[in-house]
Amino acid sequence: MKIAVCIKRVPDMEMRFSIAADKRSLDQGGLKFEMGDFDGYALEVALQLVEKQGPGEVVVLTLGPDSAQEILRKGLAMGAARAIQLKADQVPFDGLAVARALAAELKDGGYDLILFGRMATDTASGTVGPMTAELLGLPCVTSISHLEIADRKGTARRDLEGAAETVTFPLPAVLTIDEGIARPRLASLKGIMAAKKKPLETKPAQLGEARLQIESLALPPDRPPGRIIGEGADAVPELVRLLHDEAKVL
Amino acid sequence: MATFLAFAESRGGELRKVALEAVTAARKAADASGGGEVHALLIGAPGVGARAADLGRYGADLVVVVEPAALERYSPEVYAATAAERIKSGGYRAAFFPASAEGRDLAPRVAAKLGAGLASDVTSFEVSGEAIVATHPGYTGKIIVTLRLTGSPALVSLRPGAITPAESARSARVESGAPAMDPASARVVVTELTTGGAAKVDLGEAPVIVSGGRGLRAAENFKLVEDLAAAIGNAAVGATRAVTDDGWRPATDQIGQTGRLVSPDLYIAVGISGAIQHLAGMRTARTIVAINKDKDAPIFKVADYGIVGDLFEIVPKLTEEIKRVRAAR
Repeated sequence: MKIAVCIKRVPDMEMRFSIAADKRSLDQGGLKFEMGDFDGYALEVALQLVEKQGPGEVVVLTLGPDSAQEILRKGLAMGAARAIQLKADQVPFDGLAVARALAAELKDGGYDLILFGRMATDTASGTVGPMTAELLGLPCVTSISHLEIADRKGTARRDLEGAAETVTFPLPAVLTIDEGIARPRLASLKGIMAAKKKPLETKPAQLGEARLQIESLALPPDRPPGRIIGEGADAVPELVRLLHDEAKVL
Repeated sequence: MATFLAFAESRGGELRKVALEAVTAARKAADASGGGEVHALLIGAPGVGARAADLGRYGADLVVVVEPAALERYSPEVYAATAAERIKSGGYRAAFFPASAEGRDLAPRVAAKLGAGLASDVTSFEVSGEAIVATHPGYTGKIIVTLRLTGSPALVSLRPGAITPAESARSARVESGAPAMDPASARVVVTELTTGGAAKVDLGEAPVIVSGGRGLRAAENFKLVEDLAAAIGNAAVGATRAVTDDGWRPATDQIGQTGRLVSPDLYIAVGISGAIQHLAGMRTARTIVAINKDKDAPIFKVADYGIVGDLFEIVPKLTEEIKRVRAAR
């Protein structure tokens, strides 16, 4: 089974962010970067599928500047066989522009599965996976929390609001993976050493036209200063009064 | 005059609240650009067309009902093909989808079919000449991204709860439509839909959420949270990631960066310290209440009202007080 996993380099979300002078990007100073949370789950799913149902190959793919190679190396250290960087100075916010570049690379790759994380934690849009599937004309299931593959067919579970769907699909397919499906492994020292010798190919990204642009970034408005209205159960009547009379939410 | 489309999500033959939000948004866009028509696309199980009038109450002038017998459950391919064809043939300026589980699955497919721009998980928007300017919380809610969406049609998916459904009564015309592909030829098939029980109020639709964290100390103590939610009525129960990771509550109850993103009118955080990961999912709630024993817990920085102390004393008292006030009124 041949599986491509599309991953993205994103800032560590625990950091404190500030906005750069152009008001359209983050101040890069002091930022740390990592592979997107959900991408790690997608890669783990791919590695386990090949380990359990091999022979096969896991390829990690990213779109971005050369600094994005560090997450490709991480993917290789976790166990991917090779890596592809679609080189672009910046990753467009427009999911369709990114999807066009990925689809151009993936279309003749002969992949049985193309996996994505459910969304990148920075843009938080979750559009690139299903858009890539449409461009490739492949079946697609998004936000998968449980997955079984057998006889070139898949069965997946999607958690909805207050409900869950069971979905079946044929291979080849594009899947986006939710958290919790398989905890990403840590790269071993041996894996890290091996990753240095694994192939990492760089090609220019064929980005499509972008119809969605960042106009500005801003820090969220501070919530009006909250107040601690009291201690212990004695404060409860005042809380109920405020919720009723002031906030008008009860 | 520009016409706008709203995708009206349904489940089991009933409209979801996000359908009314999408119609409200489309009405707002139409009114802001000269008062054009709003059309709603209602695809669903046979019989769902009976709900068309409800969409008219929230501002739809025309409801296109697609309810073939073979479409008992959501079908991503049939829905996407049908929506894309309708948007193309209808010449819409923009189409609004909910950023619900279904809408997040559907809207990107439609956008790719149309080659259209899609702004996702939008919390507010304005029509600005030829563009739509929309805000979207990114970076786990730590950055508000303002996006400029150009081209026609433009697609927008709306964060559930961000738009308050507003009535704008019209008696909508109803048109019967056909699916743009044969449901029998779909490759991706939803074979089963299991719902979490009829009594459960969904987190995305609940005006009030009572949420519990590690401070509750054990799974069985969620009874306190459930009792409070029941006393308030129309309230859903949520949880932090620590709690769902420990299996005290199902993973689907998780609110936060990696779980559900919610914007209820009232969010009551019980025994929750307020990790970034959790705040990302609930900081857009209109009113936040925190009950925690640690007065320095970060949750108090975002809470409009806080009570410091032992939740095992405070929460039952709060439940009683709400019942008492309700009974007195």
